[in-house]
Order: sequence, then structure tokens, then C-alpha cells
Amino acid sequence: MTTAASNRALLEVDGLDVFLGESHILHQVSFQVPHGGITALLGRNGAGKTTTLRGILGLVDRRGRVLLDGEDVTATPTHDIVRRGVGYVPENRDVFSQLTVQENLRLAERVGGQLRYDLVYELFPRLKERSGQRTGTMSGGEQQMLALARALLNSGNKLLLIDEPSQGLAPNLVREVAVALERMAELVTTLVVEQNLSVIRRIADQVVVLDQGRVVHAGPAGELFDDPALTQELLGVSHGGRVRSSTPQQSNGVER
Amino acid sequence: MTTFLLLTITGLGLAGLYFLIASGLSLIYGLMDVLNFAHAAFLTIGAYTSWVVASQMSGGIPVTVVFLVAMVAGILVGTLSAVLMETVLVRRLYGEHVGQILLTVGLLLAITALTRAIFGSDPLTMVVVPPWMNEVTVVFGAAVSNSRFVVIAAALLVYIGLMAFLKHTKYGLVIRAGVENRSMVSALGINVGHAFTLVFAIGGALASLAGILTGAFFGTITADRGTSLLIFAFIVVIVGGLGSIRGSALAALVVGLLQQYANYYGIIGMGDLIVVALLAVVLLLRPQGLLGRAVA
Amino acid sequence: MSTTVRWIGAGVLIALAASVPLLHGEIPYVFNGALSSPGVLNLLALMLVFGALAVTYDLLFGYTGLLSFGHALYFAVGVYGTAIALDTFELGLVGAVLVVIGLGVVVPTVLGLICLRVGDIAFAMVTLAFAQAGAIFVARDPFKITGGELGQALAFRQLPAAFVGVVNTRNVYWLALALLVFVYAVARIAVNSPTGRVWQAIRENEQRVEVLGLRPASYKLVVFVLSSFLASLCGVVYVLVVGGAHAGIMVSTFTLMLLVMVVLGGAGRLWGAMLGGMLYIYLDNRLGELSTQPSLQDMPALIRVPISEPTFLLGLLFVVIVLFFPGGIAGSLTKRQLPLAGPLRRLRPPAKSTMNPDGSRR
Repeated sequence: MTTAASNRALLEVDGLDVFLGESHILHQVSFQVPHGGITALLGRNGAGKTTTLRGILGLVDRRGRVLLDGEDVTATPTHDIVRRGVGYVPENRDVFSQLTVQENLRLAERVGGQLRYDLVYELFPRLKERSGQRTGTMSGGEQQMLALARALLNSGNKLLLIDEPSQGLAPNLVREVAVALERMAELVTTLVVEQNLSVIRRIADQVVVLDQGRVVHAGPAGELFDDPALTQELLGVSHGGRVRSSTPQQSNGVER
Repeated sequence: MTTFLLLTITGLGLAGLYFLIASGLSLIYGLMDVLNFAHAAFLTIGAYTSWVVASQMSGGIPVTVVFLVAMVAGILVGTLSAVLMETVLVRRLYGEHVGQILLTVGLLLAITALTRAIFGSDPLTMVVVPPWMNEVTVVFGAAVSNSRFVVIAAALLVYIGLMAFLKHTKYGLVIRAGVENRSMVSALGINVGHAFTLVFAIGGALASLAGILTGAFFGTITADRGTSLLIFAFIVVIVGGLGSIRGSALAALVVGLLQQYANYYGIIGMGDLIVVALLAVVLLLRPQGLLGRAVA
Repeated sequence: MSTTVRWIGAGVLIALAASVPLLHGEIPYVFNGALSSPGVLNLLALMLVFGALAVTYDLLFGYTGLLSFGHALYFAVGVYGTAIALDTFELGLVGAVLVVIGLGVVVPTVLGLICLRVGDIAFAMVTLAFAQAGAIFVARDPFKITGGELGQALAFRQLPAAFVGVVNTRNVYWLALALLVFVYAVARIAVNSPTGRVWQAIRENEQRVEVLGLRPASYKLVVFVLSSFLASLCGVVYVLVVGGAHAGIMVSTFTLMLLVMVVLGGAGRLWGAMLGGMLYIYLDNRLGELSTQPSLQDMPALIRVPISEPTFLLGLLFVVIVLFFPGGIAGSLTKRQLPLAGPLRRLRPPAKSTMNPDGSRR
């Protein structure tokens, strides 16, 4: 684990515990996201990655601490955390299907900073074409573009939380998403959950690996991806491809 | 033919009243998941406030002015009550849906009873209604009370206004999005609590307007009118779909007209029964109503 | 409290209650007259009936978490069923009771199968719709049997002499007491049974019940039919106490009143609900009487006016309880953090979250 001084981390998660009903989903999850670049949150299905992102924003009840740019936001309501400069792209996109593309973007606008419509339309030209279309009638790929665009729109965003942007998309769209991700990460620090290793291995700077609600590995991306045995052990795949769901044998093997 | 016309216009008038009550209810339930029984209380508050204001105004003033002033007063007090109710009471039970329903039930009972205690159980004549409203206009041979037209016109204006508000203002956008997915709206940095207060205010304003208009429509006001209209408003909300203004308008038309026709052309009481049956049928077959999102 | 103590305590209470018509003493302020007087006995009988009715509603709402807005319908089946059986069909009391028993099982079974197909708020609305349909039927009276909005006096000729006439109020009182004991006993046995435990599990977390391999739908139907059936029995006794059927019980606010009673007393505790029912009726009656007393006419309007409409104070009390004392009276007395929390939690909106409890995506 890098021991970068915490005041250099943009996001610090400290001892996060999340319970859903009576299930203990996250166990003392702690990690940091440094300023700049892409930090990838990895792990098998059910490892708790989405819950972690939701926990950071306070969308689920959690214990522990969350610090954004040194400031403790644990008790802050979700909308206030977001106003401090966080862009969120949820797992199932959550675009408002009854609203048009333009209205979806308008809703995402925040004061304090510029609205980067030029950049958004440059990266996602199809959104400009479909500006007046109801998003419910758009394809999954187009909705994903919109969800990413929403997060990119505000120049005031210092952190992007992105949950499985390539999921369910055809391969050519996956590539587009990867390209968009890289561009976005040049501008804004990004914490991305991704199961598609072919996308993430090239662009991630840091990785945090979860298994069954616990952090089992954290460090520079190269450390993990250059080590096929480690990659296999932690994520169940050797090279490219998607992280396989855990089977009883595999999870036993990873128990530390 | 004249009977049919009379029935139709009365039906449209009732539809207008139902729409005024149901539209606010629909927004509140659509956005907040709160089944607001106290909505009927806003109607009562609006009606009785306007009665009080009108009776206080001295004789020299033209009746139409008195009516307008009383109406504005009723709407203001109704809106204020709604805002107070949401911020002081309903908000405390955020997330507890049964608790919120129970709260609104208790408030409805209390406010209705208090009104009865202060004003008595007998119907009060709406002395404030301008005489031209009670006069009759002959339309294709049918003599229709002008109050019907006033109600229909008011409902139409409100519909246009609401749709414009929802489509063209930022808060309208927030409400439309929130009806679909409240937590995502928060995740975009917007404080949904403000939207909650706003829909309660809108609901209160519209319901209290409906209260005054029922006084014009029926000629009298009673403490129980709100409660008896509420069930039909619920039917309109469910059939029309939660959070959908267009749906509420459509459903109001269906319910209002169907009720009139069936009550007259069928056995007495059949219209009410059919409408109630419609609610059950829609809930069982298509819980999301004609146009709106899923109920539960 | 051990079971034996409980049994003895219950026996003592019942014996005490049964002896009331024989007591000629007065409790000043609490009751207006001697305990054995018909007026007081009538009020007490009413309290007992509603105590029982509240218990039946508690089974549905307090224990299983089913928020029904149509419970009054089954009470009405008992009330109007009896009145019509006696008057129109001249069946005599035994016949009337048999009719009610039949209806009291068939009607909720049929309606229950329909209403329980949907969950939570939709269920509340559907039950309200059916109750409203019943109210319309009674008020419009298409077959001329219900007496419409004016109601219908009981056909006294058809009743056994023991229940007719003011002198026999004590018999009606004892009947009401028997009803309460019966309903309470049945309810107590039911909630302590394995079935009863499933009901409470359904209230807490219906998904869990499914996961355990049980079918919540059949358990919900059972409690629906049982509580409705018992409610219709209450209706039979009610019509004897009051002397007739009237449309006031069909009004939508009636079931709301039941809700208030149960929450006031303490949802999820039988004795709490019973207490709530009895207290509500008592306050409703006594406060109404109080407001017409001469001594009160001198009081400032601020006090006099609210008391004249007891529902106002009761509604206010209800609001206070929902906000600050969700356990009701029973909850506050026993300090165990019990159930309004349960039924309150149940109607969380369907998860906008996409997570399954184990963290995987839905």
C-alpha cells in the first residue's frame, strides 16, 4: 500500500462498513485515491465495488469516514458532497428516460465553474444529434455516453466516480468508452469500477482490489497487471477478458 | 339530447374538480411516495377561509371582487398550510412511508373535525359567489349553470400552467426527474427536499382552489366534502398514473364523464360503482396506471 | 409474567368485568351514572365491541403489516348482514348469525384473493376501493334493503326477548364481553402459533420468508380472512348494542378510525389494540357529552370548541403519537421497542438501489 501522505490524496476512504439489512457488505474498507489519473476499483461480482461507490456518496448507510480533499464529508448529505465537485456515473446509468438528452444535461448543470458543452459534444457527438430525443428510446451505448457526459459537464468536478461504464456494450462501443475515459481522466481524477480488464489495464494508474467486501490488494496498476499469477489469483483471469464470477474454490483460494 | 349535454358539461365540471385535486396529489405521491390523505384538508381550508374572508368584507364592494379576494385568500392560506405541514411534520418521517400515511390520516381527521367544531356540520351557503355564476346559459337547448364553465375554465388554465411549469422551468425539470428517480437527482447535487416542499405547496394551492370552486359548483360547502371527493381523486391519480399530469387530466375526464353517464343511464349509483371498480381493475392489471410509472 | 399468573390475571379481569352490571356504584366524572344503569352499560358494551374490533385490525396491520383501508367493509357485513337477515328475510337471530358466519368467510376469501395480488400501497388503495363500493351500495340501496343513508332499525320482533329492551341492556353487555373474550382468545392463540410467527416475519421482511421456502401469499390470505371474519362477528354484536344499522360505519373515515385506535393503543400488541379501541370510544363519547354540559358553556371558546368535536383531539393525539410515540400507549408503558416500527418500516419504497443484499447487481 502506498504510504503517500493523506493530505495528498483527493479521496480517502477509512474503515468503511456497510450493512444492507442484516448482511455485512463492506468490512473496514480503506483506501486512497491520489490526485490525478485513474484509480481502478476491481474485484469479482459481489465483491462490493458498487456498494463502495455508493457508500462514498452516502447513498447507503455506512460507518467509517470519507474524506474529500482533506475534508470529512461523512456526515454530509449526498447532494452537498456532489456539489463539492463529484461526478457520479452509476452502474445502470440512471438517465431519466422521460426527459430528453438536453434536459438530462441541463439537470446536471451546477453553478461554480464552467459548463463544458463543447467538450461534451466533441467527445460524444451523437448526443448533440439526439439532443431533443427522449433518452428512454436510446440504446444502451448512447445512454452510457450521456451518463459520462453528465459527469464531465461541470468543470468544477474534481473527482469522477464511474461504475462499470463498459458493461453490456458491444465491443466497438467499449472502445469508444475507453477512449472517452482516457480523455476524461486527463482532466479529472477518476475512480472507476471496471470488470473489463482489456479496458482498464492500459489506462489505470492505481488499483484497489476488493474481495467479499474487503480490500485485498492496493497499489500501482503495473504491479498487478505485470504479474499474471497475481492477476489470476485476485481476479480469476490471466489476460484481458472479464473478471470471472467467484466460485467456491476460487474464493477459498483468495482468502487471506 | 339536452340531457346528454347537461350530463356532459356537469361531468366535465366534476372532471375539472377532480383534476385540480388529483394533480397535486399525483405529484406528491409520484415524487415523495407519500399518500397524502391530508390533501382533502387543504380543500376544506381553502373553502372555509374564502367563506370567512368573504363574510368579513362589508357590503359596498362588488361581489365579483369579493369573490376574487376570497379566492386568493383561500389559496394563500391553503398553500401556507401545506408548506407548514410538509416542513414541520411530514419531513420528520422521511423514509417511513406508513408513518407518513398515518400522519396525513391523523391530520385529515383533526382538521376536518376542527372545521366541524368551529363552523358546525351544516352546509354553509357560499354567499360570496357572484350571481352571474349561478345564472344559466343556454347551450344547444340545455340550461347550464355558469359555475360549471368557470370550473372547467379554471381546470384548463391550471393544466396549461402546470404543464408549462413542468416543461420549461428548472424546478419543473427537477420534479419530473425526481418522480422517476429521486436518488439520482440527489446524486446530481440537487437538494430534493426543496422539491418536496414545492410539490406540497402546489398541491395545497390547487386543492384549496378546488375547495372554493366546489362551493361555487355545489352551492354550499361542508367539512366532509373534501373527504368524499378524495376517494375519486385517488382513483384519478391511480388510473392516470403517478406523477403524470397528462394522465391525471385524462383519467379525470374518464372518471367524471363515466360517473355522470352511468349514474343517469344505468341504475342509480352505478356510476360511482363503475368508477370504483375501474380503480380496482387498473390496480390489479396495470399498477402503473394509464401513463405513469409503477405504483409499488 | 409466567403463564399461570397471566391466566389468573385474565380470569380475574373477566370476572370483574362480568360483575359490572351488578354494581350499583358510581364513578364520578368517569361515567355519567351508576355502573349498572343502561346508559353506562351501553357505553361499556360499545367499548367492548370496539376493543374486539381493534384487536381484529391489529392482526392484519399490527402483526402482519398489511395496511388495509377497507376493514370496515367486513364489520359492515356483520352489521348489515344481521339487520337484513332479520328484517328482510326474517331469519331470527341464530339464522342471522349463521348467514354472517357464511358471508364472513366467503367474502374476505374472494376479496382477499383479489386484493392481496398487489403489494403495500396498491393493496391499501384496492381495499379502500372495495370498501367504498360497499358504502355506495349501502347508501344508494338499489334493492331497498339497507335503509340507505338513514340506516335501518333492528327488527326487534325477530330477536330473542333477552336482547330486547332497555332492561336487558345487561344481557347485551354480557354478550359484548363474551365477544371480546372470544375474539381476544382466538387472536392470542393465532399470534402465538407458528402461523402467527410467520405473519410477524412477513411484516419484518417478506423476502426473507420466501427465501425460507414459505409462501407469504397463503399466510396473508389466512390472516385476512380470519381478521375479517372476526370483524363481522363484532358487527353482529354491534348492531344489537346500537339497535340498528346505519351508514356511518361505511364512511371511509371509519377504517381510518380503526387505524387510529390500533396505533393509539399500540400496534402489534393485542392488549394494546384492545385498550386503544376502548379508550377511543370512551373519549369520543365522554368528550362529546362533556361539551354539552352547562358548566362547560362558560369556558372560553378555545377550550369548548375543540372538545365538542372529540375527533379533533383524537386526531391530534394520533399525530403526536405517530411522531413521538410510535409504540402507542402499550409501547410507552412496556418500553419494549416494539412494532409501529415494524409496520412503519415495511412500506419502504421498492429499492431504487440496484444492489442485492450480497452486493451483486440486481
